[in-house]
Amino acid sequence: MSSPATNQRLLTYVDALREGIAQEMRSDPRVFLFGLDVDDHKAIQGSTRGLVQEFGPERVFGTPLSEDAMTGVAIGAAMAGMRPIHVHIRMDFLMLAMNQLINIAAKSSYMYDGQVKVPMVIRSMIGKSWGQGAQHSQGLHAMFMHVPGLKVVAPSNAYDAKGALIAAIRDDNPVIFVEHRLLYYTDAFVPEESFAVPLGKARVCTNGDDITVVGISNMLVECLRAHEILSDIGIAAEVIDPISLVPLDIDTIVASVKRTGRLLVVDNAWTNCGASAEIVARVIECAQNGKPIQVRRMGYAPTTCPTTPVLEQAFYPDPGKIAQAVHAMVRPDANGWSPDPERAKLAYQVKFRGPF
Amino acid sequence: MALASGPALGIADFERIYRSLRLIRRAEEEVARIYPSDKIKSPVHLSIGQEAVSVGICDALRRDDVVAPTYRGHAAYLAKGGPLRELFAELYGKATGVAGGKGGSMHLIDMSHNVLGASAVVGTTIPLAVGYALALKRNKSDRVVVAFFGDGATEEGVFAESLNFASLHKLPVLFVCENNYYAIHTPITRRWATNRLCERVATYGIPVHRVENGDVLMLRELAAGAVARMRRGEGPSFIECLTYRWREHVGPNEDYDQGYRARDDFNRWLKDDQVERIGRMMSDESRAQIDSEIELDIADAIEFAESSPFPEIDKLYTNVFAGN
Repeated sequence: MSSPATNQRLLTYVDALREGIAQEMRSDPRVFLFGLDVDDHKAIQGSTRGLVQEFGPERVFGTPLSEDAMTGVAIGAAMAGMRPIHVHIRMDFLMLAMNQLINIAAKSSYMYDGQVKVPMVIRSMIGKSWGQGAQHSQGLHAMFMHVPGLKVVAPSNAYDAKGALIAAIRDDNPVIFVEHRLLYYTDAFVPEESFAVPLGKARVCTNGDDITVVGISNMLVECLRAHEILSDIGIAAEVIDPISLVPLDIDTIVASVKRTGRLLVVDNAWTNCGASAEIVARVIECAQNGKPIQVRRMGYAPTTCPTTPVLEQAFYPDPGKIAQAVHAMVRPDANGWSPDPERAKLAYQVKFRGPF
Repeated sequence: MALASGPALGIADFERIYRSLRLIRRAEEEVARIYPSDKIKSPVHLSIGQEAVSVGICDALRRDDVVAPTYRGHAAYLAKGGPLRELFAELYGKATGVAGGKGGSMHLIDMSHNVLGASAVVGTTIPLAVGYALALKRNKSDRVVVAFFGDGATEEGVFAESLNFASLHKLPVLFVCENNYYAIHTPITRRWATNRLCERVATYGIPVHRVENGDVLMLRELAAGAVARMRRGEGPSFIECLTYRWREHVGPNEDYDQGYRARDDFNRWLKDDQVERIGRMMSDESRAQIDSEIELDIADAIEFAESSPFPEIDKLYTNVFAGN
């Protein structure tokens, strides 16, 4: 991503995560990293590689599964002044930690009126493709957005993965850090030095006057791909990456929609009561006194995620479907357009092979 | 079970223990007395009858040691030294309460006395105590943590998960189960396949103790042993304390007319009432002196709560997030 910082080099998302953690652990002895398999030979797809060797088993350690208790342990340690990073290999397992996250982590600052704070990062990964299926694919960030007291971040690229993770570690609140498995081997220019991407500031990725397209997590990548397809036919989409969902930089999105008059939100999750619903509602609340706004949402099909590739493909939005939806909004009178299927292919689908 | 002889205890110790027991008993009786006036709009889970558990355990702790109380937590809060005025103010929902009126009876906290915040969701503070202990161990501190919880909490998965992790890492956490036989109104006999709780815990490699009659001095002695062990880095211990809740699960009243438990059970526990027992170990004068001081403190705390202001409306929005 664009940044004035020097010493940038191409870095994958997974290496950016690891570098961000390592730099924070070097500069702050209160930071520790734990969770099932963070210290094994696979090292969470490499995102924790080398950390136990550098920082030792007191600061980097594997745990029993026990998601409920381990989340409580992270909160208790945070209340005692530590800054834990708790890693979950799939976001679906956060359901086993909901009581601690919702009833304690989110509420402690408030219900104890500031006597304690809970600075912790919950790293969780959304899976996709190669038969991830019902319980390895869920994007559940909206559940956490609903509850006051939690911050929710979903970086879409290596630059933000590093910078937002550093910001999350330094934040005095519990942060749900939403990663996506298919982003792990995407790369971007990332500064070598430590830097923070501020939580609550969206990024306008492409400029355009025809429509505002907000893409969340991995869907931002697909929106950028759709943007390329649409450019071919002269439609200029302004693609915005919210980066952080709580706090949400609604102002940047509203300013864009006021200009374009059209908003498409594409979420890596279901639309019902989701982040897309929230963003659309807030934009309308903020901009309803101006010219009429056309809105649309895209997300998972309202089903459980199937494993067979044929059905799975239908389950997700993809660049072709996104481009088609944009086209229908911008040029409603031109029926029947669909992009060239080859052009609509996702770069990483060519690169990626399972198993995970 | 024989009563603890408490050879190391002198009259000052008995006075301190009695003062703590009596303060909790009388403070909660006052809460119950005030409750029908609707000045306290916070569900109260009273520890009347169960004071000995908190007092016996906390008397073995230093001020810098940590306790994690439950929603039935007035007793542990007071036994650890939590301030009486701010307790009553919190129950009254006043700005001067320990949590500015935002937590109420079920979410007491006082970090200045190392009382961690209580939770209304049963069992949730057990792993917090373990995590706090992990941080203490990491910082090479000799401080220890006590996790209080009831018999119902032992049925939550997080209890077993927490025992395992605490034992695995030899963390300085003392698990104290206040077994008052009932989860709200459902007795252990309808919840537990066996009552061999200590055996279950022992399989995690944790030393276990069981006190069947609420003996405050025995509890103190066992806690002191567990604390010494923890300060030496030898890891967690577990104490099951049988006890009896004299009042209803939540609210100020007795409930023996409700049919789920017998007054005879209460009468048996009344004979072992630790407030009376320790009170009888003192001279009449010193007991009367302590009693009258406690009455003055409670009257002062109630007056403090009554005269304190409610929070300003803008406090609704403060501390949703911690400011960095």
